[in-house]
Amino acid sequence: MAIIERPAVGTPVLPESPVAPTPVGTYGVLRRPVTTTGWKRWVFTVDHKKLGIMYGVTAMFFFIVGGIEALLIRLQLAAPDGKVLNADLYNQMFTMHATTMVFLFVMPMAAAFANYFLPLQIGARDVAFPRINAFGFWCLLFGGIFLNAAWFLGGAADGGWFMYAPNSGPIFSPSHGVDFWALGLQMTGIASLSGAVNLIVTVLNMRAPGMTMLKMPIFTWMILVVQFLLVFAMPVITVALFLLMFQRNFGATFFDVAAGADPLLWQHLFWIFGHPEVYILILPSFGIISEVLPVFSRKPLFGYPFVVFSGAAIGFVGWGVWAHHMFASGLGPVSVAVFSVATMAIAVPTGVKIINWTLTMWGGKLVFSTAMKFAIGLIVLFTAGGLSGVTHSVAPSDTQQTDTYYVVAHFHYVLFGGAIFGLFSGFYYWWPKVFGKLLNERLGSWNFWLMTIGMNLTFGPMHILGLQGQPRRMYVWTEARAGEGFFNFAFWNLVASVGSLILAVGVLLFLVNVWITWRRPERAPLDPWNARSLEWMTSNPPKEHNFDAIPAVAHLDEFFHRKYEEDPATHTMRQVATAEQVLADLEARADAHIHMPSPSYWPIVVALALPVIATGLIYSHLVALVGGIVLLFGVYGWSLEPSTAPDSDMDPPTNGAVPAVHHG
Amino acid sequence: MAEAALHGAAHGAAHPHTSTGLSNVKLGMWVFLGSECLLFGGLISTYMLYRGRVSQGPTPAQVFDIPFTSVSSFVLLMSSLTMVLAVSAAKLGDDRRTNLWLTVTALLGATFVGGQVYEFTAFYNEGLGFGTSLFSSSFYTLTGFHGVHVTVGIIMLMSLVGIFRRSRVPGSKSETVEMVGLYWHFVDIVWIVIFTLIYLIPV
Repeated sequence: MAIIERPAVGTPVLPESPVAPTPVGTYGVLRRPVTTTGWKRWVFTVDHKKLGIMYGVTAMFFFIVGGIEALLIRLQLAAPDGKVLNADLYNQMFTMHATTMVFLFVMPMAAAFANYFLPLQIGARDVAFPRINAFGFWCLLFGGIFLNAAWFLGGAADGGWFMYAPNSGPIFSPSHGVDFWALGLQMTGIASLSGAVNLIVTVLNMRAPGMTMLKMPIFTWMILVVQFLLVFAMPVITVALFLLMFQRNFGATFFDVAAGADPLLWQHLFWIFGHPEVYILILPSFGIISEVLPVFSRKPLFGYPFVVFSGAAIGFVGWGVWAHHMFASGLGPVSVAVFSVATMAIAVPTGVKIINWTLTMWGGKLVFSTAMKFAIGLIVLFTAGGLSGVTHSVAPSDTQQTDTYYVVAHFHYVLFGGAIFGLFSGFYYWWPKVFGKLLNERLGSWNFWLMTIGMNLTFGPMHILGLQGQPRRMYVWTEARAGEGFFNFAFWNLVASVGSLILAVGVLLFLVNVWITWRRPERAPLDPWNARSLEWMTSNPPKEHNFDAIPAVAHLDEFFHRKYEEDPATHTMRQVATAEQVLADLEARADAHIHMPSPSYWPIVVALALPVIATGLIYSHLVALVGGIVLLFGVYGWSLEPSTAPDSDMDPPTNGAVPAVHHG
Repeated sequence: MAEAALHGAAHGAAHPHTSTGLSNVKLGMWVFLGSECLLFGGLISTYMLYRGRVSQGPTPAQVFDIPFTSVSSFVLLMSSLTMVLAVSAAKLGDDRRTNLWLTVTALLGATFVGGQVYEFTAFYNEGLGFGTSLFSSSFYTLTGFHGVHVTVGIIMLMSLVGIFRRSRVPGSKSETVEMVGLYWHFVDIVWIVIFTLIYLIPV
């Protein structure tokens, strides 16, 4: 039983209950997992921190996969008449590179941070639905594996990440790649959707006493906005993917132009999802650097409510700009004008954020840690990408840029320079919190500079290539058409390819850094950065139950206000307590009785049914039926299992002998 | 679903209630239903775009039997009433009536799904296959998704009856009934929209 019994200081220890618990038997078919050692500790866990780490490891793995795909693309384009990939393989490579980076790296990595830190930041002991949380992770993992399984089963998806119809139909994409893609994304979609419902309820319902919405850490706020975007955006792509699947596997006519279908249907459905999606990718990173910048500037975040509400504004306006991806499709002047203006408008709340971050640093005592460097890198590079984005909002200009490398340059500046730099900032900032060790700052500095130089060399020249007319997704270019002088293709393609190698070395240094840190024995201090928010008000790494006592919150930046007080004479902040003292104070009032959710077999069983069903839909409906039965079995087992088990429900029963903490 | 119920119930007065006052399960259900709105939104948009596009096969006016579908729609709407009675009985702790009304709701739902199966068969026999035209693909997809939702609802209702009989419900019983009720009403409301758009508005 996942109950933590610890004697509260000053009160007598409760005597063991003399009555042995009556066995009630198990509710489901499988008994509860109790052996919480080795791999079972992880596979059957419902702990948000473990799941956060599992999300992180999975995302990092797919980051490397997507990175290798990117390197192959750049290798192919480094010189004229590239021979590394043929046209077919090249199509698969860019499709899977984008799909992997968007759905299997940035989204799950943001989910890793959200899972791990959101409950800690709001002073909760877990999320609202711990088993759904575990289920979401397994859906993501199985979906990711399923998506990539296509590589070995006749070729991966090759229609580009937005998979326009009718190019995605069986005539132009005859392999099963698109089927794997559509079904794999359904699985990761279920992961996102269940995660979103879970995190929304967690934030709205499980905040520590006193933490009003406007006292929530800014990262939690941005994650909340993202979850709302997910809740409303995922079902739209779900519909689109279903239509595509019905078309390919069951003879529906949705994208059959001969039957009178409208090719814009897919584009609208995809981008109604796809544009909120880009904010889903970037807002978590905005949240991360909004935590990092104040800490390393030794100042509170400038204009906290403005950062909150501009984030929410981005979330709202993000729904009204999707057709700017379709300016070249002949929408008509009114639509184009409306979406053009809306797109310009969304630059305003984004600009508000950039100004707030800059003013947070203004006059601060800046500490240039690696986390801070990545945060500043985000501001600069995202602004560059944002400005080229504004040029896209001007429809006549966009019509020239559509499907050129200029677009590729733009979205890599905002997604690599923005989203990924934010995530790296988060790695360096929160590593000691998660693993109790500090990443090496010297290597971190190399990591940052190589990535910055590499990314600018890779994506900077793409502006030039695009404006010179190099089309996106072109698998080869020839010497004869490379042009001459400063703007010739040959030189800038080579620069971009060299840049991508530098970038890869930068990322490799991060992995080396992780390895070295792993091997070193030194523990990080309790509060290495002099941080401000609640997640630092616990040990490194946090205990199973996060907080010994749920802290009552009186301020935004509660932890900071427990360490520092304003001197009424000089109006300066002076330290009144160390982090250790704050923590000791909390421990002194520790709760005597803490219920934690018990581990469960069901999330992974239910999630495992999905790839079976998906495989069956592609190859044999009989297999899908088997998957359906597993699903039904799992859902019943799940719904009959209480989230916190009595002792007698354990296998073997623990008979009331309650050890300190004994679940995974 | 049981998680939050336990969170509220098992922890009792020792812990403060949730920040919003709503239980986790209820709040989660509302968020999920919000998401479902967009799912049906996408399907309805697809149908509205394609309802007049009949390149071959019968047109909507040729196949629709509006009196028949009106009756089955009425049956579905009545099931919302019996669902309310089930929720109310569960709140009062009246197990016998809860089971009775849950069963009646499931039967009414099954009648509706039966009507839909009959309708699909009739349409198919009149030459309206899944891939016949854009109208047929989008019609079957939209109403099919709704039918699957009703079917899932029926399974949940019957499972509740079975679970209650063996008194094996984790968490609060009345809240579990209420959650299934929320889902059921949502599916009914969506049908009002679908019925109006598909059957009542001429192409």
